Amino acid sequence: MARWGMVIDLDRCTACGACVIACKAENNIPFVGPEESARGHTINWMDLIPGEEHEEGSSAMPRPCLHCDDPPCTKVCPVYATYSTPEGIVAQIFARCIGCRFCMAACPYTVKSFNWFDYRQDGLLGAARNPDVSTRPAGVVEKCTFCHHRLQRARERARAEKRPFRAEEYLPACAETCPSEAIFFGDLADPNSRVARLRRSPRARALLPELGTKPKVVYLAREERHEID
Amino acid sequence: MRSTEALGSDVCLLRPIEETGRGFYITAGILLLGVLWGVLAYGSQLSRGLGVTGLNQPVSWGFYVTNFVFFIGISHAGTLISAILRMAQAEWRRPITRMAEVITVLVLFIGAGNILLDLGRPDRALNVLSYGRYQSPLLWDATSISAYLTASLLYLYLPLIPDIAILRDHSTRHHFLYATLALGWAGTERQIRVLNRAIAVMAVLVIPVAISVHTVVSFVFSMTLQPGWHSTIFGPYFVVGAIFSGIAALIIFMVIFRRAYRLENYLKPIHFQYLGFLLLTMSFLWFYFTFAEYITAYYGSVPEEMKVFWAKFTGDYALFFWSMAICNFAVPMTLLGIPRFRTITGILIASISVCVGMWLERFIIIVPTLSHPRLPLEPGSYLPSHVEWGLMVGCFSLFGLLYMFFSKIFPIISIWEIREGREVSLREVEDRVRSYLPGEQGEDIAAEGVPR
Repeated sequence: MARWGMVIDLDRCTACGACVIACKAENNIPFVGPEESARGHTINWMDLIPGEEHEEGSSAMPRPCLHCDDPPCTKVCPVYATYSTPEGIVAQIFARCIGCRFCMAACPYTVKSFNWFDYRQDGLLGAARNPDVSTRPAGVVEKCTFCHHRLQRARERARAEKRPFRAEEYLPACAETCPSEAIFFGDLADPNSRVARLRRSPRARALLPELGTKPKVVYLAREERHEID
Repeated sequence: MRSTEALGSDVCLLRPIEETGRGFYITAGILLLGVLWGVLAYGSQLSRGLGVTGLNQPVSWGFYVTNFVFFIGISHAGTLISAILRMAQAEWRRPITRMAEVITVLVLFIGAGNILLDLGRPDRALNVLSYGRYQSPLLWDATSISAYLTASLLYLYLPLIPDIAILRDHSTRHHFLYATLALGWAGTERQIRVLNRAIAVMAVLVIPVAISVHTVVSFVFSMTLQPGWHSTIFGPYFVVGAIFSGIAALIIFMVIFRRAYRLENYLKPIHFQYLGFLLLTMSFLWFYFTFAEYITAYYGSVPEEMKVFWAKFTGDYALFFWSMAICNFAVPMTLLGIPRFRTITGILIASISVCVGMWLERFIIIVPTLSHPRLPLEPGSYLPSHVEWGLMVGCFSLFGLLYMFFSKIFPIISIWEIREGREVSLREVEDRVRSYLPGEQGEDIAAEGVPR
């Protein structure tokens, strides 16, 4: 069985934010507006957060859900609204979530967002939404799904064309969009896949590995470019 | 209606049920306004969403969860204290137990209700039953709290039966209610034996359940990996805090009822003194746990822990933290430790201070951890909106209001237990004390067959 994972190369990342926007458009993530944003109500499945400090200043790094193998968030959900799929994707059932926000409090990476109001848009923005992704009502938690609908669609296409599904057919919106090709995505269960090889690189770093969450999204650290004088 | 002569001077305990003064209506009116504010606030939250509160990302828990922990903590006033005093055969418990038990039952409803207030989708709350996931500490809470609620209701009701029978025989009002609830109590020897046995069983049963309640409430926090929450002493720390705030709340209500219903003859300074000593002991114990908790975090100096630590000690939450320390330790230490201040007024002030302090403690545990996420994000901030204030006032008002109504239907001091104290225990205690002492001609030792 596949085990989907992601590798983000911080050496290639220019912090342009294209992944954030692509994610928003793909997953019907509402734009809450400046006032709501100032109140801490922004919803971002993919976010740019301050990264490590270096000599040119500090840089931003993209942070999707890290899809832990041992997720602290799914353990605490009282109603099975957040769980790990057999392929390791940490999913959220919007129609079941009771909005207790325990998973938000338990996530050490602060990746989960809450629908503080009903942000579903009518009109032009509403009409422009992606029909593959359901919109979320007020009062539920939502999160990055690794664009799970794309996996379903790729599988269906392969089945319709009566051929085996290949892992390369599935790519989340952020990885597809990244102009500097900093985001790699693929099947970690295949030791020869590009993500599996990159994960073995000495530059590969997990976020907060000491917590034992075993994230399936890892980063390639910035290479040392400055000689020691 | 039979004559009330059999009750002797205890008949004054029925007076609050028979007559209602103007003070009651004024207080009830004010509290009703408070409840109304809460209802309106909840209406706006229900229709628009949780966005009307000051909650945000990353501070996704605030007043509601603080109130949940606080009220569940207060609930330990009752059943636990009453059960322990009963089992220890502390004779001075008699006028106190009823008040304590009522607090437990009322406050459990309000505490659990605060979790419903906090839900984004209260309409789906029953998913907890249909899709319940026992791995979640929230389910442990649900289980433990329902067990505690059932046990406390029973534990309140059992010692109430003989008093309800008194009301059935003497009161002109609510006759049907009293006749039904009295379950045919006639005060026969067998009935008394069964009742005392049942109360004794419940008293033993209720103690572990009460301790489990606040332990699992703390597990909601300590089972996560978050800095400041992931601590092994949280279970006992929360239980100690719960009993601490519970005693304080009990003292406050004792003072109020003593004044309002003229119960000076029943609630004497000695009762307040004893509870005051208990409160002082809990204050030391609370300080010990708090000290152990923070010194461990400080000495270890894990960076994420230290962010939360300094936010409490010198940062954004320093005002709350140090107020908590003063309210929970300095004030009770002064007022309860120095004999000159240990008057009813002094004990009352210390109790109010402890209630405020323990509320702050719950707040200071929840919010600073959430506002300092592990990743290098901007620290979050939290400013409760008028909706949260409204619901908080509403909860406290509802608590007061329900308590007042209870005192208008049932006696707030157990009449039969006072009578039992006067008629039976006085003699029993003398015998008991005699049995503690060394036997006069060594007859006790000989009787028990212990070799010399």
